Amino acid sequence: MKGLIILLQRFADYVAYTLFGLLPSSHLGAAIDFFIYDTIKIFLMLSIIIFLVSMIRSFFPAERTKRILSHKREYVGNILAALLGIVTPFCSCSAVPVFIGFVESGVPLGVTFSFLISSPMVNEVALIMLWGMFGWQVAAIYITTGLIVAIVGGFVIGKLKLEHLVEEYVYNIKMGETELATLTWGERVAYAWEYVVDILKKVWLYVIIGIAIGGAMHGYAPADFLVKYAGKDNLLAVPLAVLIGVPLYSNAAGIIPIVHVLMEKGMAMGTVLAFMMAVTALSLPEMIILRKVLKPKLIGIFIGIISVAIIFVGYLFNAIMG
Amino acid sequence: MNIKILGTGCSKCANMEKITREAVAKLGIIAEIEKVEDIAIIMSYGVMSTPALVVNEQVKIAGKVPNLAKVLEILKAEL
Repeated sequence: MKGLIILLQRFADYVAYTLFGLLPSSHLGAAIDFFIYDTIKIFLMLSIIIFLVSMIRSFFPAERTKRILSHKREYVGNILAALLGIVTPFCSCSAVPVFIGFVESGVPLGVTFSFLISSPMVNEVALIMLWGMFGWQVAAIYITTGLIVAIVGGFVIGKLKLEHLVEEYVYNIKMGETELATLTWGERVAYAWEYVVDILKKVWLYVIIGIAIGGAMHGYAPADFLVKYAGKDNLLAVPLAVLIGVPLYSNAAGIIPIVHVLMEKGMAMGTVLAFMMAVTALSLPEMIILRKVLKPKLIGIFIGIISVAIIFVGYLFNAIMG
Repeated sequence: MNIKILGTGCSKCANMEKITREAVAKLGIIAEIEKVEDIAIIMSYGVMSTPALVVNEQVKIAGKVPNLAKVLEILKAEL
């Protein structure tokens, strides 16, 4: 790993300083060097890790996760659901059948919500980007706090007894049984590879734009540029970061390189975390899709609880890491 | 042969329908291809991840778009 990083850095230096003939001390030279290094690193990490994650995921189709969670009690159920949210493949287009399937097979509502919160929030693209740009410690903090938000959020929704705020027809649906053939190793590899290509196709442009903007800011903006606005002493920064994060749905790939530079220029760690969580967990398209199974009031409660939890995480980390 | 494509109208589902029609045309078989968007019917097949491909009332694929070769293979096995 170390050797690869050194090799990458040499390559970036070579392209920026020898091939393009830029000076290492110049703004442009530093920015180009940074851009080449980060882009290659992130694409390598995305390909390798998404492949591995997809291999694991091929063992946890939603149908199986549902069976594991069915009739689980709260506490244990919430924790399991949040953890399974990481390994179960999930896209917002399947949110409705997954929700109905869970409810129909007796997964408690709060446990279902723990899954629905964790699944998009603790996603592999966000984790890889955080790991690649901030180091594994920040990625680990993100996973842990993300899981806690999912567990607590689902638990609270369960305690509020909101079953009547689910659209009635959901309770009338009877689900059939189907046994899908177990995949062979060859099929798992093919599935994982397809998934890598799929994700890369979706995010590559955002990654490059994000790293380019990050690189430019890295080279040009003064180091304490944001301390005044997004430092830990500005209490409004966390809720504001959450608000800005909501419409940026699913662009974690492009946003993290920019956030990385924002932090370098003085944005506080807790604010960074809150912003990232808002980007991944609070997505407008997913809420619109969930409207098919949830009454507006429950969607409101769902958004409210996650927002409060995320803002709390932001303040907490600004307090302990400042 | 009866073929159903289960999906709530996402782009992947449309893609699966296209590939299935291609496969049917290529094999030159007579098949009834139905697109099912009613969530209650989709769930009755025990499917939680869409799109899904159902051939003669049996779920063959769920949660991903197969390539043409895969669909050809599935349809041939049902002939």
